Amino acid sequence: MNSSKTAWLLLSPTIVILIIVGLLPFLYVLYVGFFNWMPLGKNKEMEFINFGYNYRELVFDKFFIDSVWRSIRFAIVTLALELTLGFLLALSLLSSFPLKAFFRSVHTLPLVIAPIVVGAIFKLFLVQGLGPIPFLAKELFGFKLNYMSSEAQAFWTIVVMDVWHWTPFVTLTLLAGLSALPQDPYESAKIDGANNFQIFIYITIPMLVPVLIVVIFIRMMDSLKIVDEVWMLTAGGPGYSTRFTGIHIWKEVFEKRTYGYGSAMSVLYLYITIVICWILYSVMVSRGKANEDE
Amino acid sequence: MNKVLYKTFSVVIWSLFTIITLFPIYWMILVSTRTPVQLYGKPNLYPTFLEKIHWKNYTRPFVDGVFGDYLMNSIIIATSNALLVTVLAIMATYALSRYKIAAAETIFFWTMTNRMAPPAAFMLPLFLLFTLVFKYGDSNLFDTKIGLILLYCVFNLPFAIWLLKGIFDGIPKDLDEAMIVDGANLFTIISKLIVPLAAPGIAVTALLSFLFAWNEYLLAATLTSVYARTIPTGLSEFVTTTGTEWGTMAAVAVVSMLPALIFLALVQKYIVSGLTFGAVKG
Repeated sequence: MNSSKTAWLLLSPTIVILIIVGLLPFLYVLYVGFFNWMPLGKNKEMEFINFGYNYRELVFDKFFIDSVWRSIRFAIVTLALELTLGFLLALSLLSSFPLKAFFRSVHTLPLVIAPIVVGAIFKLFLVQGLGPIPFLAKELFGFKLNYMSSEAQAFWTIVVMDVWHWTPFVTLTLLAGLSALPQDPYESAKIDGANNFQIFIYITIPMLVPVLIVVIFIRMMDSLKIVDEVWMLTAGGPGYSTRFTGIHIWKEVFEKRTYGYGSAMSVLYLYITIVICWILYSVMVSRGKANEDE
Repeated sequence: MNKVLYKTFSVVIWSLFTIITLFPIYWMILVSTRTPVQLYGKPNLYPTFLEKIHWKNYTRPFVDGVFGDYLMNSIIIATSNALLVTVLAIMATYALSRYKIAAAETIFFWTMTNRMAPPAAFMLPLFLLFTLVFKYGDSNLFDTKIGLILLYCVFNLPFAIWLLKGIFDGIPKDLDEAMIVDGANLFTIISKLIVPLAAPGIAVTALLSFLFAWNEYLLAATLTSVYARTIPTGLSEFVTTTGTEWGTMAAVAVVSMLPALIFLALVQKYIVSGLTFGAVKG
């Protein structure tokens, strides 16, 4: 048998499955996005409307645009917190101290817990009348903690939950990157009399750029697609305070059954995440290159 | 002196983080072992499960209720998906690793983009395809285990191929050629040479695939209604019911967390490379 034929034969089941459940949904959502289709409303059947009408509506849809900004704000806030915290923890793990292996194992734990379970854990932990945290906040500080009644508290509760869940990812990835750095530059820097702070800024950070890109890229993508935990904890409320884009699409599509418009939303959502990550990626890669050139 | 101070400081900080990590989980376990009366009033942090466990929280959903079925569905879906992904990934990776394919890079990149896309953008088209397009007579893919098993391949195959590619590339091609000279066919080469040599990597791939399928919520929730519901979708049913039974909810959450704990014990070393697509060796 021809060898390239064998190769394609081996690849074919993978490609077929990815086309059926990966590519086809994508093409289908592009297609439906050009129609007016509300099975429960006045457009029971698909009806073609003015080319791109749904998208024109979408750009001026305040609720959708707000949800996108909310997601971006959330992604940036959590990224900043997780990166700072994770970096410090990763640096501390470079030197040895008692019980280090135990601490690291426990730190890995949140990573394998399902997002929906994390939502449940935090609900049990923070809900009024059951969780210990609202009780302690009231007893110790006289602070009224109820994430279901305050918009700001709801948003920051989700942020805290995300930090709890994903900081370990940043820590462990950066630790892996830090441990793999070559030692020579550090030695020559020390001989030249650089202090620890200078070494960190001028040697560690630039050398770590490729790993930082990976971390920021993955965390950004994940934050932009957050749904499960939020759905479990606040279901997008109170008001619109935690209605991130994924949740917004879910509510719009499955409560109002606006298939055509919902498809347009899905496409734009996909497009926005791709563009953000592409911008981020090219900025960081060019920054990394500039650093190398110096 | 300075060093001792630094070590103490590290231990203190890490103890704090360990408490922050474990405290919510500990509280969930406490809630899952208590009666509603015990949960009323001031939160009690004493480990009452050492004295008495309120097993009804566990038996009510899993023995008397539908969660036994959900658990079975989760096990079937996650196991089948892990097996399917592993077999397909071994075949695909062997092809990408051993043959010169013109479009190899493109295929590789395309499978990656599948993994990175937000599931929320795909739930509507998948829902429509599963209910209206992929059907034969009266039966369709909606609310079937097969549907979810196939669907999770989109997310699991890319990273399985990514993970295995590095391992397969490390196995010298001379070994393949020696076997071909001895008259071995492709199946023998893969099953007798590649699989035994790459066994640890294949095990990790299967476990990570299992975990993803086990943990996935959003698509399972939108693409099932009665017969193929998984544990995570069952967990979310507690959100809408008025007067939530916290003990039962905690028990279900504890059970759905169990495979994760076993998994953590087995492959902790590989989690980082698994989560970063092998871009960073952990």
